Amino acid sequence: MTSAADTPAPRLSPLHDRHEAAGALFTDFAGWNMPVRYSSDLAEHHAVRTAAGLFDLSHMAEIRVSGPDAPAFLDYALAGMLSAVQLGQAKYSLLLNEAGGIIDDVVVYRLHDNDYLVVANAGNRAAAVSALQERAARFDAAVTDTSDDIALVAVQGPASRAVLEATPGLTGADLGDLRYYRSTTARFQGDPVLIARTGYTGEDGFELYIAADAAAGLWDSLLSAGQASGLVPAGLASRDTLRLEAGMPLYGHELSATTFPAQAGLGRVVNLAKPTDFVGRAASEEGPAADAPVLVGLVAEGRRAGRAGYAVRDDAASTGGTAAEPVGVVTSGALSPTLGHPVMMAYVAPHRAAPGTRVAIDVRGTLIPAEVTRLPFYTRQK
Amino acid sequence: MTDQESLQYTAEHEWVRVDGDTATIGITAYAAEKLGDVVFVDLPAAGTDVTAGTVIGEIESTKSVGEIFAPVDGRVVETNDGVVASPELVNSDPFGAGWLVRVSFTSLPTLLSHSEYAALTAE
Repeated sequence: MTSAADTPAPRLSPLHDRHEAAGALFTDFAGWNMPVRYSSDLAEHHAVRTAAGLFDLSHMAEIRVSGPDAPAFLDYALAGMLSAVQLGQAKYSLLLNEAGGIIDDVVVYRLHDNDYLVVANAGNRAAAVSALQERAARFDAAVTDTSDDIALVAVQGPASRAVLEATPGLTGADLGDLRYYRSTTARFQGDPVLIARTGYTGEDGFELYIAADAAAGLWDSLLSAGQASGLVPAGLASRDTLRLEAGMPLYGHELSATTFPAQAGLGRVVNLAKPTDFVGRAASEEGPAADAPVLVGLVAEGRRAGRAGYAVRDDAASTGGTAAEPVGVVTSGALSPTLGHPVMMAYVAPHRAAPGTRVAIDVRGTLIPAEVTRLPFYTRQK
Repeated sequence: MTDQESLQYTAEHEWVRVDGDTATIGITAYAAEKLGDVVFVDLPAAGTDVTAGTVIGEIESTKSVGEIFAPVDGRVVETNDGVVASPELVNSDPFGAGWLVRVSFTSLPTLLSHSEYAALTAE
């Protein structure tokens, strides 16, 4: 620990020298210096949709929960019913506060009967660890932040399975039998690796958790084995446009400590049928106010997207009015590389949330017509 | 291929090529790389009067939005329709086919030399 620096030096991934060698441009992400792109955001995006991309996600937080009460503890600490999750199954869940808002969204893997891995966002690592540790006080369960010891790389895209199967040294996994949101343990050159069929891109793909000091070897082997399939390293810029097209929320944009899951379309993640109490239950049962804004997708024509923070206004022409009243705010937006038109996520007033509703986006003073649509914008062919 | 050492530069990461009383303006390779893949370019119409230091257009990439500043006082005499139709030219050829506008000016302010601009971006 150092007390000298007010601004701590950025954290570096165990793969940092690989990214530098590949000529990556870096960005600060939640205190980490991570690759934003290697060559081109668009080329990396298209590679994931048509072949495969390799992401370094070592900034994500891996929190181990183990002990005889681990299942009961997670039922109390999270919005889902983690005691009902099968061995080897993964589940998307939410860490709520007492007011029903979202501290973080997480993916939970059940590794053994009384042993879970909770994967949290890098920016929420401290908040998630401390909330879990506080909530564990009355349970016989240990909450351990193992993030610094574990690297995470993701192979995403239709060629992902072929890439993994062609990777020398990666043994012991039958990927054909590994279903979506399931995980299995394998080995890479003797080191244990947890392979999960999960991701954040809207494509088939895998996430591989491995000891930090073994990550560079795995990265090199995947890249070299994937070359024939069109695998390229992909940065956080493409990860963001990929998840946006897939309609997946990003904490800090679509989710916050004052957002109810129901507003974000995540009501199904809060298990009110669970027989036991959990943090945020009472507030969740009450739910958000009737006029609370709800998350929608917006599509527009042309090439100009509304960005996070831009106002959504009434479409004056379609409502018969003259003033373009504000009815919401954009939380994420980009020109969709796959679809070729702007796509946005936005919180809008409930009476403007029906698909087909015409609205306008205030793009730095210019009103761009847009239409409410169902999420996701993009669904892969299965 | 444009000789980058013969160009002048601004702290807003634009380059200026002076031919007589006309300045051709674009953004530098450094700026283009920082923006990422450019997907939309909004330029002022020919005939627009512009004032040095003010925003005259926008460049959007997949990830962000950059503003185009007028480096000189003057009048827009030509815009690059090619870059409006194919915004990726800003990335592939920022000093050439990715030029943005031509402005006729009456006086030229002091701009940065190539070495001064190189020092600015080396920080």
